[in-house]
Amino acid sequence: MFLPIILWTDALIFVLLAVIAAFAFYARQHEHLRAPWRRVAQTPAAVSAAVVLLAFVAVGFLDSLHFRQAIEPAGNAEAKRPAGAATAYAPEVKSVLDVALAHLSSRTERTYSAPLATHAYAKETMEVPGRGQVRDYPRLRNGGAHLKDAETEWGWDILLTVFKGMGLALFAWSIAAFLLLIAVKPTAPAYASIGAFSDAVWRGKTVVPWRTVLITLGLIFLIVVPATLLARGYHVLGTDKVGQDVLFLSLKSIRTALVIGTLTTLVMLPFAVLFGIMAGYFCGWIDDIIQYLYTTLNSIPGVLLIAAAVLVLQVQMEASPELFPTTAQRADFRLLFLCIILGVTSWTGLCRLLRGEALKLRELEYVQAAQAFGVSHWNIMLRHILPNVMHIVLISVVMDFSGLVLAEAVLSYVGVGVDPSMISFGTMINAARLEMGREPMVWWSLASAFMFMLVLVLAANLFADAVRDAFDPRVRVSPRNRHMAEAAAA
Amino acid sequence: MTAYIVRRCLYAVLILIGVNLITFWLFFKVNTPDDMARMQLGAKRVTAEAITRWKAEHGYDKPLIFNAEAAGMSRMTDTLYFQKSLEMFRFNFGQSDDGRDISHEIQTRMWPSLALALPVFLIGLAAYISFALLMAFFRATYIDFWGVVLCIAMMSISGLFYIIGGQYLVAKIWSLVPISGYAPGIDAAKFLFLPVLIGIIGGIGSSARWYRTIFLEEVSRDYVRTARAKGLAETTVFFRHVLKNAMIPILTGAVVAIPLLFMGSLISESFFGIPGLGSYTIEAIQAQDFGVVRSMVFIGSVLYILGLLLTDISYTLVDPRVRFE
Repeated sequence: MFLPIILWTDALIFVLLAVIAAFAFYARQHEHLRAPWRRVAQTPAAVSAAVVLLAFVAVGFLDSLHFRQAIEPAGNAEAKRPAGAATAYAPEVKSVLDVALAHLSSRTERTYSAPLATHAYAKETMEVPGRGQVRDYPRLRNGGAHLKDAETEWGWDILLTVFKGMGLALFAWSIAAFLLLIAVKPTAPAYASIGAFSDAVWRGKTVVPWRTVLITLGLIFLIVVPATLLARGYHVLGTDKVGQDVLFLSLKSIRTALVIGTLTTLVMLPFAVLFGIMAGYFCGWIDDIIQYLYTTLNSIPGVLLIAAAVLVLQVQMEASPELFPTTAQRADFRLLFLCIILGVTSWTGLCRLLRGEALKLRELEYVQAAQAFGVSHWNIMLRHILPNVMHIVLISVVMDFSGLVLAEAVLSYVGVGVDPSMISFGTMINAARLEMGREPMVWWSLASAFMFMLVLVLAANLFADAVRDAFDPRVRVSPRNRHMAEAAAA
Repeated sequence: MTAYIVRRCLYAVLILIGVNLITFWLFFKVNTPDDMARMQLGAKRVTAEAITRWKAEHGYDKPLIFNAEAAGMSRMTDTLYFQKSLEMFRFNFGQSDDGRDISHEIQTRMWPSLALALPVFLIGLAAYISFALLMAFFRATYIDFWGVVLCIAMMSISGLFYIIGGQYLVAKIWSLVPISGYAPGIDAAKFLFLPVLIGIIGGIGSSARWYRTIFLEEVSRDYVRTARAKGLAETTVFFRHVLKNAMIPILTGAVVAIPLLFMGSLISESFFGIPGLGSYTIEAIQAQDFGVVRSMVFIGSVLYILGLLLTDISYTLVDPRVRFE
């Protein structure tokens, strides 16, 4: 009844997940790779951040499973459709998240409304039976529509729903905690029974800080469950100018942010690694060419290169509309292009680091021994140099993520970010930046976008810090790739 | 050392030619003048005559690199590459789409940009170094710990939030300064106060943390142990020995940004309505004025390369260990 659609970025996300899974499987079997990850897992801030990040990734993943729904012909479908005829599919590409949040996206208002409001944000002239024309705040179409007498019932209804949600959250959390404890008990064989283990967790004595995991999980439950219950009757974070639910927009933005943060690195990684290692290993004219290449690209201010490239792309896409049958595919292509061009501007930092490291490694005895044995250059680079620079690659990947998420917002503000039809934190902020000047002030769109971004980026930063400390406390990855975020602030 | 600097200068010229070729490829080969004309004339159904006329008006009606119809030297000079791209080396940028001279615009808009960027750079550097110094001096105490936490939290906040929040709080609620605008001369101060403050706050997280790691790295060096073994007080060790040596990477690292100060900053200039080069660029991007964007890419690259040169020179001046090969 539906046709699965794999957009370009979806495909790359699946590739990325496969790579991560393969790497995890590989790392499990090698002690030298497992040890630093164990150190990450023992940092309370890092595991807490990881739980939050996983929640974001789950939302983003659901939003990456795209499909097109089949259209049922009107009337008696079975009779009208000839046997074997192709099913018609809706032109709109939806994701699993869209379906799960259908009740949020479909219930729109006419314009702004405050979080949890039952009445519109501005007065309107209405016809009231018996009183003629009245200027008052009209009731919302969907916000609190289940209340008969909104003024008196509103407060109690919300309070009751929140309490109900909290109760439900605690219940769900205790089940989740129980299952988690049973699942992770085999990793701690030192404890005789599950009781002794949970006692140690309760007192925070376990090696991996499971208590932190449970507390973080509990906080997420305490926020998510009441919000879900409230969202059935209200707009939890209000609505924007065209009446769309802000909570829905914020949740949809997560995928865009994650795609920009991860795929950019995935796209640029092969070039950075290959060129960096080649430059450092071969030296001589190859080194000169690669150095020239990255210095030249680096000389063009990042934002301007991105702006120029996106402007050119816009013109090209206008010229050939037949390549993109649906708006989703068009927006997706532009997102992918943005990732690629961001990658082009940000691979130079990693490339330089890798070159420096490869320069050092090629002088070491084991590389010289391999050369003496007649191992080919490719094999030396692949087997002897690459594994020894992987920690730099990993550190720079996790460090870049947060900078890229912040850069997306800035680029979308400048007008060279994602497609205007694509929901992202940048487009949300861009649409809302004049709302602070309104009277009364509309603060909820901006506040929601900034809050979601803050939580995501803060978690990413904390996690990245732990990874860096665990893998190599001496490697200094300079904050070069934050230049776009900084340019925005400066 | 003179030979070294001359060599670096030649290399800089080489890079500049590379940048020039990349921009030419992007703006003329990938995106042909025909595309540009169609974009500016608006609709999809533009007649061929209209495109030809637009190209002639804006001087785009020439071959890309080689003009077979012309004679002698003008075979090479009467081309788009020579007229539009090589002319930039003489800082002759031609006209923007609304008919103004780009060079003149740049000369007038440079100063408001500098008036915003220079205080941010200087005061910011002093503030970041002091904060990093504080954290490093009280290393492994609660001051250090919460300082780092503050840095990470501030790094995680979008720069747009600082601007929007600052404008709301300082300009709208407290009414201390105008929300946006600019005036030449001494009056600029009241318009610049808020953007400068926000610029400094926005950069404090990443910079202070970065400088802190430099200080801590310096603290663990051998000469520090020697100084302590001599019996020097910890404050003397820190402020006389560590501070001086840590300033080398910090200051030489900051040198690269100095020429770029002329470019101003894209976002805060456009938010605060400061008529600098940053807001000029944003307006050009939004109006899809390729001539201006191309000029700004070129100028930005020139300034960055200048910054790299200054960095090289400053290293040779302060660090005698740098070898000239």
